[in-house]
Amino acid sequence: MSNIPLIEMRDISIAFGGIKAVDHASVDLYPGEVVGLLGHNGAGKSTLIKVLSGAYKRDAGQIFIDGKEVAINNPRDAKALGIETIYQTLALADNVDAAANLYLGRELRTPFGTLDDVAMEAATRKVMHRLNPNFRRFKEPVIKLSGGQRQSVAIARAIHFNARILIMDEPTAALGPQETAQVGELIKQLKSEGIGIFLISHDLHDVFDLADRLTVMKNGKVVGSARTSDVDHDGVLGMIIAGKCPPGAIPGPGALQSAA
Amino acid sequence: MSKQQNSSANPALTDDGPIRRFLNATEIDTRMIGMIVALFAIWCAFDIASGILRGNFGGLLGGSFLTPRNLWTLLNQTASIAVMTTGMVLIIVMRQIDLSVGSMLSLVAVAGGVLQVYQLGPSLGVGHPAIWVLAIIAILALGTAIGAFNGYLTAYAQIPSFIVTLGGLIAYSGVAFLLAKGETVAPMDKTFKVLGGTIPASWIGPFWTWTLSFAACALIVFAIVNGRRQRVRFKFPLRPVWAEVTLAALGSIAVLGAAAVVNSYAWPPKLAENYAKENNITIPPGVEDKAGDAICMAGDAVVRCLEGLTLGTGYAAPVLIAFAIGAIMSFIATRTRFGRYVYAVGGNPEAANLAGINTRWLTVKVFALMGFLVGVSAIISSARLDAATNALGALNELYVIAAAVIGGTSLAGGVGTIYGAILGALLMQSIQSGMGLLNLPAAFQNIVVGTVLVIAVWLDQIYRRNVK
Repeated sequence: MSNIPLIEMRDISIAFGGIKAVDHASVDLYPGEVVGLLGHNGAGKSTLIKVLSGAYKRDAGQIFIDGKEVAINNPRDAKALGIETIYQTLALADNVDAAANLYLGRELRTPFGTLDDVAMEAATRKVMHRLNPNFRRFKEPVIKLSGGQRQSVAIARAIHFNARILIMDEPTAALGPQETAQVGELIKQLKSEGIGIFLISHDLHDVFDLADRLTVMKNGKVVGSARTSDVDHDGVLGMIIAGKCPPGAIPGPGALQSAA
Repeated sequence: MSKQQNSSANPALTDDGPIRRFLNATEIDTRMIGMIVALFAIWCAFDIASGILRGNFGGLLGGSFLTPRNLWTLLNQTASIAVMTTGMVLIIVMRQIDLSVGSMLSLVAVAGGVLQVYQLGPSLGVGHPAIWVLAIIAILALGTAIGAFNGYLTAYAQIPSFIVTLGGLIAYSGVAFLLAKGETVAPMDKTFKVLGGTIPASWIGPFWTWTLSFAACALIVFAIVNGRRQRVRFKFPLRPVWAEVTLAALGSIAVLGAAAVVNSYAWPPKLAENYAKENNITIPPGVEDKAGDAICMAGDAVVRCLEGLTLGTGYAAPVLIAFAIGAIMSFIATRTRFGRYVYAVGGNPEAANLAGINTRWLTVKVFALMGFLVGVSAIISSARLDAATNALGALNELYVIAAAVIGGTSLAGGVGTIYGAILGALLMQSIQSGMGLLNLPAAFQNIVVGTVLVIAVWLDQIYRRNVK
């Protein structure tokens, strides 16, 4: 791992109608690293990540990629920088097929400027085969697919365009045990390719299995960060529930002062 | 689970009955078949009913509906609504609505009329060849601008399109009234009138009708062959060859059948007589028969007869415009990125936004396109009537929306086809002109049209529930 983080989000703040959803939060991510983002519902982790993916515009703070400050004002900016997101809601257009979703916003076109549906379907078949070899329903609108199949379409979309930074918001929430294991394998594989991954999850086991480091948020603030090898489940639970930093974690602005 | 997946991937291999197998293999939209069957049923019913009520006028089933003359007129009457319907499909697919198209049509038609009659006519001289060109450009530009304005208010000012266009429905017809000073603006430029389909110059005749129809057949075959070649190239599952051949044959039969019908509608006798005299065509002698639509010489007089000189009208300009618009709009909806985005936004606006689609600008573009199509319809309508009035487009918004919905466009967004909507427009117009043929009172016609709309949507709901 190099010394320059792939992504550094510094002092990010965003408020919705007076409520500080994210309050001076800083996180970073190195190439080939998985960072778990943990916290209660409403702790601000999804909001923080939507700032990075361009869905929300931050009120304050800076974002650096490879040490250089970048401007992310909309989802297109983020994608242009190699940041791909798998949203908790999947964000699929339900009425069109897998290929149309995979290429939504960056369709392949023929020399005449028309949609090259055949080429898109061919590429979709390839990437879907890698993720979900049993998938055959390429002609159907994705609303007709099962939860797992929809999830694999959303994942395929995120990894197909040579992402450097992948954001996964509860990627296994809709999946059965076998599919969850598949996603775990996938994360390990992507990691080995040098992709940095933000993993948002409620599942402590997932995070301890897959993440190198974790950052806990509470009430919009970062409670603290730690290497997963330096803390245990109970310590992390303490961070999530009480905002108490165990030894081995680096406390953030949201940590209980007495705990340090 | 995997068995189910296989069956849906290879529909032709399942053990269903022959009809289901045929439908699966050809991938024909069953909903469209339903509409076509309903359309033919309505046509036959009107033909039989008109035969019983008013006697035989040469209709296929003994009435006056299934005659070349009536079907030809039906196509011309449908053109204006059909053109606007293609745009309304995209609007509704995008979860918006445009209630202002009728008033907008009146407004741009009156503006075009005023420009021709009061401005360009006096300044350039009546009949100047630039008049119709300038009028068309002005009408299309104004329509596009008003549509874009509707779209801007919807997308950027975030006023619901229902309200924006409800306001437009009321306001634009007021502007039209002021522009026309409450008068009927007439007559239109003589070249402009060609686009209305009421004069011989706007009928392309049998030769060009056949030529265009054969070209369309060639296009159908090319599209099928090309699609198959593409699928072979990427090793995708193929339709069976017999299904491809059947599709090509059905498409060609429909195209050529329609051509035969419009070609067998003869020019009205008086016009044919004038044309024959002007062009030194000899009118053959014959026996007078008022039921015929040919002309012949009975002594020195030119009379109607069964055998003699007939001039086929072929397609009229409005129908050709509607066909062209339908083809272009289908292309835009299914083959371009713009169309793909419209459907994606209709399916999930949030997802479209997160995928980086500029949904606001897209909304403006879709409404501007709607405005452009209203301009096209305004040209057809005012040229057809040879006049523009502030009531020219009255109630058109309702017919257009009804046609789109009958044609399978879902008001929930994300679902709808251009060809379905055009069929819907034809169905609506068939019902209206059929009832006109039966001399039913206007009030009764309204009751039927309203009822048909509701029943059509109800049947559609049942269909959609059962098809899954």
